[in-house]
Amino acid sequence: MSAHPPHGHGDHANLDHDLHSHGDTHGHGSMKGYMIGFVLSVILTAIPFWAVMTGGLGDTQTTALVIMALAFVQIVVHMIFFLHMNTKSEGGWTMMALVFTAVLVVITLSGSIWVMYHMNTNMMPDMAAQMGGGM
Amino acid sequence: MSTDVLSADPAKNPTYYLVEDEDHHHESGGSTAIGFWMYLMSDCLIFAILFATYGVLGTSYAGGPTPREIFELPLVALNTSMLLLSSITYGFAMIAMEKNQKAQVQIWLAITGLFGLAFLSIELYEFANLIHEGATPQRSAFLSSFFTLVGTHGLHVTFGIIWLVTLMVQVGRFGLLEANKRRLMCLSMFWHFLDVVWIGVFTFVYLLGVLR
Repeated sequence: MSAHPPHGHGDHANLDHDLHSHGDTHGHGSMKGYMIGFVLSVILTAIPFWAVMTGGLGDTQTTALVIMALAFVQIVVHMIFFLHMNTKSEGGWTMMALVFTAVLVVITLSGSIWVMYHMNTNMMPDMAAQMGGGM
Repeated sequence: MSTDVLSADPAKNPTYYLVEDEDHHHESGGSTAIGFWMYLMSDCLIFAILFATYGVLGTSYAGGPTPREIFELPLVALNTSMLLLSSITYGFAMIAMEKNQKAQVQIWLAITGLFGLAFLSIELYEFANLIHEGATPQRSAFLSSFFTLVGTHGLHVTFGIIWLVTLMVQVGRFGLLEANKRRLMCLSMFWHFLDVVWIGVFTFVYLLGVLR
């Protein structure tokens, strides 16, 4: 009788538990995935440090652009191989939240730096001098 | 579907309840992952604001030390490798968890924790050196924003290690329960997320700082 659905709550929970012993914690990647991610990360970390520490790329501007591009690639690599991001998990909502956050981050960063740069440039010359090489 | 339920004999009913329950339960199980992901995204915004602050104030030296003078890249490289290694060892812990190998999980968690501690020690050593040289957070806006950004990341790693030790005790006492697996999954996301933030820190603060 206790197995009858309307009264069998405890029973349900147990059955559910068995059914879902793999449900909550699936998709943590494979050994291969982690190793690919790790090797890529090491390479993507080593190149920027090498470029800055030895000046191997010569021009400062070029080096800055290259290490920023590599950082972006490495963030994507970590997202895919370590955080297991994809467009399908949770019906696409994790990706949606990530895209939304990325948009906010870009607005915050580029907006702040852009506005403050122009504010500094447009400051009165004597005030800029007062800042003593700052800002 | 509904006519099936009506026409089926009573003995079959529990099957239908189970199927429905399965779908429902799956959603609620996954909601922990998406909820924790939402937390990480809001944490990401905290870091975005700290990065923006550093981006704006990072060149305000107030006549004090510049990044090139005070940052030691070999130390930062060592620190970065510690965090990267801790990320992959946590990955190994998760793989062992999938296979229900409790002892393996504990070993990899312990190694991850040690790498995390090494990272923190090196960071504190760096901070102590900077403060000893007079590059304190009060010295300039650049140093204030630097200590706030890198310190906040370090604080996150500290709490990550506390969480990790807590979970090791949990797994040790109660085994790889479903709840503990879920907790390990959340810490996994947290830990890898901190590594992602560190990519931003070593690129924008240290490397670009020294280039400037």
